[in-house]
Amino acid sequence: MVTYTITPLGEAALFVSFGHVISPHIHRYVRILSEYLDRHRFVGFKECILSYTAVTVIYDPFFVKRNIGLDKTAAEIVEDMLRQAVENMDKKPLAPADIVEIPVCYGGEYGPDLEYVASYHDMTTTEVVKIHSNTEYLVYMIGFCPGFPYMGGLDERIATPRRKSPRLSIPARSVGIAGEQTGVYPLATPGGWQIIGRAAVELFTPVRDTPSLLKAGDKIHFIPIDIDTYKEIRGDSV
Amino acid sequence: MSITVLRPGMLTTLQDRGRQGYQKYGVLVSGAMDEEALRLGNIIIGNEQGEAALEITMMGPVLKFTEDALISLTGADLEPRVDGNAVPMWRPIVLKSGSVLRFGRPVRGSRTYVCLSGGYDVPLVMGSKSTYLRAAMGGYQGRALAADDVLEAGRMSDCGRAIMESLKRRGNFITSPWYVQPAYELEQGADGPIRLTPGLQYRYFTEESCQKLVHEGFAITVHADRMGYRMKGSKLELTAPLEMISEAAVKGTVQVPADGNAIILMADRQSTAGYPKIGQVVLADMGRLAQSKPGEVIHFSMITPAQAEVLYIEREEYIDQIALSIQCRYE
Repeated sequence: MVTYTITPLGEAALFVSFGHVISPHIHRYVRILSEYLDRHRFVGFKECILSYTAVTVIYDPFFVKRNIGLDKTAAEIVEDMLRQAVENMDKKPLAPADIVEIPVCYGGEYGPDLEYVASYHDMTTTEVVKIHSNTEYLVYMIGFCPGFPYMGGLDERIATPRRKSPRLSIPARSVGIAGEQTGVYPLATPGGWQIIGRAAVELFTPVRDTPSLLKAGDKIHFIPIDIDTYKEIRGDSV
Repeated sequence: MSITVLRPGMLTTLQDRGRQGYQKYGVLVSGAMDEEALRLGNIIIGNEQGEAALEITMMGPVLKFTEDALISLTGADLEPRVDGNAVPMWRPIVLKSGSVLRFGRPVRGSRTYVCLSGGYDVPLVMGSKSTYLRAAMGGYQGRALAADDVLEAGRMSDCGRAIMESLKRRGNFITSPWYVQPAYELEQGADGPIRLTPGLQYRYFTEESCQKLVHEGFAITVHADRMGYRMKGSKLELTAPLEMISEAAVKGTVQVPADGNAIILMADRQSTAGYPKIGQVVLADMGRLAQSKPGEVIHFSMITPAQAEVLYIEREEYIDQIALSIQCRYE
């Protein structure tokens, strides 16, 4: 039995929540419902936003009402459909998540905070890299900026507080740690993350039909590479 | 037909109704801040409602038209003038080749839409012509207009051509005898409060804060742009600290960071946010909010989502009717 709540987020979105804690178990339902809705679009459906524990379903009340009429509000009509979807979806098997390998050049000029993270935990930089790259991470959601993955699974042994003073600009593709999170910045942005390396692949490419390298539900492996391999992959764009 | 940018204005970008369906990849919707002004502007010159227009902010550009063109100006009154003569808004206007369109001071509102019959010919990025500046994406080369840019027009629709011909036949070379009423003047109390529905964490705010929200004014600060409006007023407080994990945010979400000052999320909002949400601006009032300026004091009132839905549907029906009557008249 799936427990969930449905709450209006204004007059054109419903927030379907499966709980309040970050866990792969709860997140599974987020993915199942969003994939179900992708396959069974209702009239007036616009899109879903996936987050750690919830699917936010955005719709156009005008089209919902015009096509279904009834004495109910559009919100009630969509809520009924979502309840049905949750009841029906449970039986469908979940498509396997993609496993995405991201080559990362750790340390040096690309990972200026790697030394700090190592000394903070009384480790060598090699140990930090080993722990960071030996973990499988789950992408819970993409947000904050185009293509940015919110990931879970960082090993507590290398969890490190944010920098006291944020950098004005972190280069695109930087790999960082902030508290118990790790992430990769698709675009250059200001921020206080501890930067330990740089990915050799783009996370966000606007011209593609699927602009983001990652999606909710993917599993990520970071593959350590040396600077020569990094430059070889990047080619002329270094 | 092309338009040469003689001066770019403060912030002039191409915007349509935004990128739909890509928020799950973290791609912002963007799009026109005042969507109704954009849609009505397009309808009255025979365009699809969602065609892109130039969104100009406070201080307008100077634009030169190389050939006869059918345009419309909707949204804020920024004193538009063509070759020195004031031109009316919310109507189709035929400009003669060589005409120069410029703007004066902001009389009312802050964002004007320059709609062009046939649309602006720029590539679609993820299904949209909207400009998103931070990712340098969409619109005209992913950026705001600059001097000497040249914008090419797309193909006019049959309806657009019929409207243009009818204006020429009337000998009324510059504009039509009819106009459309802006959607935000539909109801009495267009200057009334900006209406909210309760946000996802509304019940976690103190009774006092919920009262202040609807009884006191909140000023729009200078930190008000296409992404969001930071407000200033009484501090809005939670009854107890709330452990939040990031969740979705939508157009009009009113979130409250730890300092107690509300932020209203606008067109270039992120798809996720981590602060408690006290309210949601009803979509029927978003255009009016988009036209408000820093320094203005906003009053809020609270209604139910069902009431907001009625307002939304009425607004859509109004726009639909105008689209239909233009079609009937010119096709």
